[in-house]
Amino acid sequence: MVENEGIRRYVAHAILWLGIAIVAFPVYLAIVASTQDAASIANGQMSLLPGGHLIETYYKTIFVGTSGSTREPVGVMLMNSLVMALAIACGKIAISIISAYAVVYFRFPLRMTIFWLIFITLMLPVEVRIYPTYKIAADLQLLDSYAGLTLPLIASATATLLFRQFFMTVPDELLEASRIDGAGPLRFFWDTLLPLSRTNIAALFVILFIYGWNQYLWPLLITTRDDMQTIVIGIRKMITTSDALTEWPVVMATAVLAMLPPVVVVVVMQKLFVRGLVETEK
Amino acid sequence: MANVTLRNVRKTYPGGFEAIKGIDVAVGDGQFCVLVGPSGCGKSTLLRMVAGLETISSGEIEIGERVVNTIEPADRDIAMVFQNYALYPHMTVYNNMAYGLRNRGMPKPEIEQRVREAARILEIEALLDRKPRQLSGGQRQRVAMGRAIVRQPKVFLFDEPLSNLDAKLRIAMRVEIRKLQRRLATTSIYVTHDQLEAMTLADILVVMNGGVVEQIGSPLEVYHRPATTFVASFIGAPPMNLIALEGSELRRQLGDHGDATTLGIRPEDLTLTSGDAGDGGLALKLRVDAVERVGPESFVYGRPGDHQGEAEIIVRVAGEHTPALGEHVLAVASRAKLHLFGRDGRRLEP
Repeated sequence: MVENEGIRRYVAHAILWLGIAIVAFPVYLAIVASTQDAASIANGQMSLLPGGHLIETYYKTIFVGTSGSTREPVGVMLMNSLVMALAIACGKIAISIISAYAVVYFRFPLRMTIFWLIFITLMLPVEVRIYPTYKIAADLQLLDSYAGLTLPLIASATATLLFRQFFMTVPDELLEASRIDGAGPLRFFWDTLLPLSRTNIAALFVILFIYGWNQYLWPLLITTRDDMQTIVIGIRKMITTSDALTEWPVVMATAVLAMLPPVVVVVVMQKLFVRGLVETEK
Repeated sequence: MANVTLRNVRKTYPGGFEAIKGIDVAVGDGQFCVLVGPSGCGKSTLLRMVAGLETISSGEIEIGERVVNTIEPADRDIAMVFQNYALYPHMTVYNNMAYGLRNRGMPKPEIEQRVREAARILEIEALLDRKPRQLSGGQRQRVAMGRAIVRQPKVFLFDEPLSNLDAKLRIAMRVEIRKLQRRLATTSIYVTHDQLEAMTLADILVVMNGGVVEQIGSPLEVYHRPATTFVASFIGAPPMNLIALEGSELRRQLGDHGDATTLGIRPEDLTLTSGDAGDGGLALKLRVDAVERVGPESFVYGRPGDHQGEAEIIVRVAGEHTPALGEHVLAVASRAKLHLFGRDGRRLEP
């Protein structure tokens, strides 16, 4: 056993490195491709080493847009995606934490019925209810607007369930102590429950931000104007050009840019998340 | 400062379960009342009803001449110390204590002054900037007390506040709670299942069982004159020996014993002797089954030799000199130390 230890460790490390290579190579390739000139990619002679067009390509991508079409610059798309992802994440958290609070801490008629109704919506993601949702959004004049992009995606059973489970682990005595300390329902929520949910909110924000950022189907339907489209849609539209050469460096630069915000969110929030996990406060 | 009066208080849960079956208790101004009983006897429920955390099904609860049945906990002028302390985990010790005052809109300088004063009394001044998770159990307990003190309420309510502490700390805190209560002279109601805690803390002891009050009185009164067999067996450690008189040869020894069906003798009222009972007392022949030596005293467990099925009798013996196992001994008690209980379990006065 002991003498095998060294070999086993090398094998384990080798497997891990192989895994990293498999995951990282396409990303590397995208970054490299975004620094080459369009012609060398197009004729299949792309170098695996970074080229010299980094600043030029990214400037063009963010501020100018693809030359062959009337596409908006990616800067606008980035902003649209950011607004949508942030609105979905914040909106989902706000709505679900409040509804979980109502379901856990208040006794009202049909409380469990309402809880189960929320639960059932787990079975109805956007893809399933896409036609009625589109119809409602269109009737409410929400096409090509941020409200149309975000509102239909905000109601979330998952987040409500998560907060409900968390609230049920908060000791009842805290609520009772608050009542004796003269804190009403809003005070208790604001002063006690919200600070205690901080780590849950952080974790959920990461998941929901990425969920919002990666939305494809819904933005594709709801937006038609170029200045309202999100970056995920933008990449797709850039690739299919009917009458001109696909500008691969720009596409790759867009892909890299589309990856960055989720990465930043994960890195930043993970610190908070881990810190929250370490200080177990209950 | 206030009296607390409970009048025929009842609690019935929606399922029909009656947790409190009509309780009358009067706690005088500044008195320390202890509710004691086995788990599930309704003592915590009763305390929570006083606090306003449970609704009152019928009856009246009065705090300081004011019926509080429908008044919110925050407006009852009470403070409560919970079993698990229920400190706000995300607030510093200072904020934990100040929170209730802030919610009442008290001016900042006064809050500061009250919190500092409470911290000084409880010797937690050095901890004010810490969070609860950085505190030991005993320190948390003090903060929970501090949170109650700063409010300067009419009544303190304690819900088994010491049961999460280790044995040594529990005794220390017990003494401290008593001192503090005397010093502040605030009416207090304290729930515990520990009869020793109950005996040492109480001005008035309320022994509860199955949602009813078995006896109310001063601790020593309850100890010396238990009203029922339940009280007799619950208060005192080791518990009082209860012997069924039915078919026992003790009936003959006792002579005239009215309607008594159960005889009670405290372990310390029995003496092991080689002679006989004399003075019309009681003599029990025992075969020694087990012996426990705890240092200053020992407990001898024995069964009456003539009666196999009968309950074990415990005799307290001073010092460490005890009879050997299997030995036959005679335990005697004087007539004045006997407790007699009727068929319904109630005490009969001799």
